Amino acid sequence: MSPTAPGPAIEVAGLHKSYRSRAGEHPVLTGVDLTVPAGTVTALLGPNGAGKTTAVGVLSTLLRPDAGTVRVAGHDVVRDPDAVRARIGVTGQVSAVDDLLTGAENLRLVADLLHLGRAAGRRRVTDLLDRFGLADAAGKRVATYSGGMRRKLDLAMTLVGEPDVVFLDEPTTGLDPRSRRALWDEVRALVAAGTTILLTTQYLEEADHLADAVAVLDGGRVVAHGTPDELKAAHDAGSLDDVFLALTEPPAATDGTTDGTTSSTTSGTTDGTHETSETTEKETLR
Amino acid sequence: MTTVDLAAPATRTAPRPLADVVTMTRRNLLRAVRYPGLTMFLVAGPLVMLLLFVYVFGGAFGAGVAPGVEPGAEGRAAYLDYIAPTLLVLTVVGAGQSVAIGAAMDAAGGIMARFRTMAISPGSVLSGQVVGTVLQSLAAVALVLGAALAMGYRPAADAADWLALVGFLVLLGVALAWACVGMGLSARSVESASNTPMILLLLPFLGSGFVPVETMPTAVRWFAEHQPFTPIIDTTRGLLAGGPLDAAVTAQAVAWCVVIGVAGYAWSRSLFRRERRA
Ligand SMILES: Nc1ncnc2c1ncn2[C@@H]1O[C@H](COP(=O)(O)OP(=O)(O)O)[C@@H](O)[C@H]1O
Ligand SMILES: [Mg+2]
Repeated sequence: MSPTAPGPAIEVAGLHKSYRSRAGEHPVLTGVDLTVPAGTVTALLGPNGAGKTTAVGVLSTLLRPDAGTVRVAGHDVVRDPDAVRARIGVTGQVSAVDDLLTGAENLRLVADLLHLGRAAGRRRVTDLLDRFGLADAAGKRVATYSGGMRRKLDLAMTLVGEPDVVFLDEPTTGLDPRSRRALWDEVRALVAAGTTILLTTQYLEEADHLADAVAVLDGGRVVAHGTPDELKAAHDAGSLDDVFLALTEPPAATDGTTDGTTSSTTSGTTDGTHETSETTEKETLR
Repeated sequence: MTTVDLAAPATRTAPRPLADVVTMTRRNLLRAVRYPGLTMFLVAGPLVMLLLFVYVFGGAFGAGVAPGVEPGAEGRAAYLDYIAPTLLVLTVVGAGQSVAIGAAMDAAGGIMARFRTMAISPGSVLSGQVVGTVLQSLAAVALVLGAALAMGYRPAADAADWLALVGFLVLLGVALAWACVGMGLSARSVESASNTPMILLLLPFLGSGFVPVETMPTAVRWFAEHQPFTPIIDTTRGLLAGGPLDAAVTAQAVAWCVVIGVAGYAWSRSLFRRERRA
């Protein structure tokens, strides 16, 4: 690494997070370590229920970590959450737009809450509407938007404050191929402008195309981390699909038997909790 | 470490809570205009009750609230006089129900999560809901009052009484709205958020809202005399009747509003940052 390389925008060490309910404790993250250098895209991959949304929740100050240190944009999420909030943008898995307002009003709402001021706010709103191809629909209520338009508006709202670090939780799920590619272009443009991005995705192709680094989350930990090519090479695999299949457990419904290509990292139990055991596999992937 | 100091420049603007309240109030009023069903419902409930209680029950009930009054037209007039203030209070309570639904809808969708990931104070975000609701409830109160006047209601309040009444109803509205924001945020679903405040709608019936508490059996009467809505309704009634106010009752009413409002505010604020199911 050259000494002038930018420092990490996201630093996660030993992150633990459980959900507590009457049924007991449900550990989801059991020691996540992850570093994302500034100005890069990292894709967080993992099967459904692996804890991707939970991880994004902790990183974006919505959830409190039980243990571990989490720093985003140089600030600790527990000690100084407002400093983190001032520098991040989040597009969650659930769309965060107001259906009763128009596209322009939604953007304006965020601009006002960020105190951009009248003129600057209006300019920013117009810019974003143009950039996301929403200018024609700007005056229409969001309730009338298609899924792709909602997603775009959601992302535009995330970008109003020109955040340094952007979290995208399954940004392209449910989008048609054209909208998906448009979103990829947008992500590339953001990174070119110096933004750091952590995105979660179920589409390995997406990670392959977009990400500088891929982190595979399974059994509460990051079981593999590297560039898409490094991961493929380490697993002697032709595609990230194969890497994914080799590294992650089959869904709990089909019991936890391993298929020999990987040493088991987790064993699903009937109530959905995971017991983590050490694996040698992930050590070799560093 | 080769970490570059990412923390240096301050993109963070100074907090401007008042501006945030204005922004959020504007949003909530826009929502109210775009989704008028909820607002209509606010006015329709008390209006139906007013018509029903005066034109159906009033002829008989009137004699029970004003001694010496003949059943029939005279009774109806007396009963209208008795329950018009109650219905104004009920209208304010109904507005609380709508803010609970609004808060639950925000919380169920992703928009609340967006607000929570922004560097804005929970107080400001939620105050917008409260201020918007109070403005709506004042408009609804004016409509219900207009209907009562059209039915022959003639309050004896003078200018100072009216001013005091508006002030009191705003205080009541703010207090109930904060409590209902808390109910909305803590509700598991939007449906349950609309049901919890129903308890509030029942309270005026178990107080001095529709019949004098002296006519109730001991246990009910004890409850009626110790619950917040009896002094609240009595104060509203006193102001509309042009006084004189019972100082102790008025103090109780104001104290209840302050307690409900402060507790509701603290509760709502703490719920805003509470972790919730995604
Ligand atoms: N608020 C919550 N309370 C309890 N359990 C939760 C909550 N949110 C998520 N979970 C559980 O935690 C696990 C991880 O969920 P999530 O982070 O959403 O995974 P992913 O985004 O990778 O699909 C799942 O088993 C899910 O059921
Ligand atoms: Mg998820």
